[in-house]
Amino acid sequence: MRKANRYPGESKWLGLLYLLPAFLIYALFTLIPIIETFRSSFFEWSDLGRTSQWVGLQNYLDLFQDGSFLKAFSNNLIFITFYSIIPILLGLLLASLLSRYPIPGFTVFRTVLFLPQVISMVVVGVIWRWMFNPTNGPINLFLSAIGLGHLQQAWLGSFQWALPAVGSIASWVQYGFCMVLFLAGMQRIPEEYYEASSLDGASAFHQFFLITIPGLKAEIAVALITTIVSALRVFDLVYSTTKGGPGESTLVTGYLIYRSAILNNQIGYGAAIATLLTVVILSLSFLIRRILSDRNEVV
Amino acid sequence: MKLRWNKLFPRYLILTVFMLIVCIPIWGALMSAFKADSELLSSPFSPPQTWTLENFKEAWTVGRFSQFFKNSVIVTTVVVIASVFLSILSGFAFGQLPLPGKNLLFPLMLIGYMVPFEAVIIPLYHWMGALGLRNTYWALILPQIGLSVSFGTLWMSSFFENAPQELVDAATIDGATRWQTLWGILFPLSRPATTTLIVLIFMWTWNEFLLALVMVQSESMRTLPVGLAFFQGRFSSNISLMAAGAIIVALPTILIYILFQRFFIRGMLGGAIKG
Repeated sequence: MRKANRYPGESKWLGLLYLLPAFLIYALFTLIPIIETFRSSFFEWSDLGRTSQWVGLQNYLDLFQDGSFLKAFSNNLIFITFYSIIPILLGLLLASLLSRYPIPGFTVFRTVLFLPQVISMVVVGVIWRWMFNPTNGPINLFLSAIGLGHLQQAWLGSFQWALPAVGSIASWVQYGFCMVLFLAGMQRIPEEYYEASSLDGASAFHQFFLITIPGLKAEIAVALITTIVSALRVFDLVYSTTKGGPGESTLVTGYLIYRSAILNNQIGYGAAIATLLTVVILSLSFLIRRILSDRNEVV
Repeated sequence: MKLRWNKLFPRYLILTVFMLIVCIPIWGALMSAFKADSELLSSPFSPPQTWTLENFKEAWTVGRFSQFFKNSVIVTTVVVIASVFLSILSGFAFGQLPLPGKNLLFPLMLIGYMVPFEAVIIPLYHWMGALGLRNTYWALILPQIGLSVSFGTLWMSSFFENAPQELVDAATIDGATRWQTLWGILFPLSRPATTTLIVLIFMWTWNEFLLALVMVQSESMRTLPVGLAFFQGRFSSNISLMAAGAIIVALPTILIYILFQRFFIRGMLGGAIKG
């Protein structure tokens, strides 16, 4: 109460007081653990994490000769296609097809398109394990009903098909988000741009590349960041559909961290992967945001 | 511009196709949950011939979803209340108060919004073990608050930065303290921003999986998503039972989403843009 009397100039530290409770809990449970993960990646741990020995960069050097890690990381990169590229392309396609005019009742479509975003990924996994079920799953039933029974697969249990099958679940989750994001962005592009270019004889194709895409730059950057980050940190979906299998065909870094550091007590190894993953995610977000803000200054 | 039906029709058609792709699997799971297992094979997407609640009853009792539900409600309630309260204070600090080191502290808070739980889970797992806090609500609540206040601070600080300064000044001239200005003047104005924050943190906490999977070993402490994942391991051949379990997990978020969808969508699009 007394501080208020000293308002405005005096209480230079007042902000810290309000920030402190949130910052303390954030530091204890987020910042310090990040640093600790980084630190423990330079040690070899034994005795269930009670004793440790400094090994320098050994854990990192091991990673690059480790088949599991390389497999997991390349699967993450493949997941970018499903999490990011396919949904963004679909979103742009839809945004351009629907074009700029208001659509009565769009809120209903928007509500449904966004729905997978709010459902637990474990629920998504349960639903799609049923869809992909080899004996009584709707996908195989449908294939045999339309006479394409020879295309039936044990989708999630097949070395060849498990990765694209899990990936397509990710596309299913993400595409509505991209569509809603781009359609919202389209509202901002002035109608005159399209009218003027039509008068100049621009085709819909030209308009798409010369007006729509540049106009949606900010939204595209946002979609890139969120979906790529999701592809890199994927865990829940893989856990609830394949647990990385069959073999290691759907293994991802998130699952590998869990398997090595939590289940098998390879703390240094898991921490090295977690550190790499964090560095990749932070620098990618930073990079895309940087490109975005540079461009915004030009415009 | 006058809207013509022949222009609208193709658009509705396209939207409907994409909407159906989202709907069909969810619809199928919903219908399966109300069917007896014997009815499943004939036509997976048709409504049941005889509606039954048996699957829900079995999941709720035999599957112990009642216990998981209770755990999820407790964890989520505490996390949402604490995170939103702390974020209002810290957002107020960034948006309105004199704050030394602001330019350093702000990017520091941003890190938490971008890193995944994988980045913190290994030390947290060992510390919680050492403190004897694994298998307690604390192990689920504290780290979740720690991560939520990161986004919450960013979100609320942008509200407080853009809050009408005349009102703040007027209140100060009238002798209001900072605390009084915050709760008496600005907090009532922040309802859209706070509602968005509440629904987002609710959804993230309710759906959180890795933290709950790692911190909890005893069955009675599982949250709904973890309970469902283990349930799947045990009953994976019983599809209607699985579907009923999945719906119990998803229903609260779907209901809140439908009620507050404006806030959800704005938050997720806006949060993405801001973050």
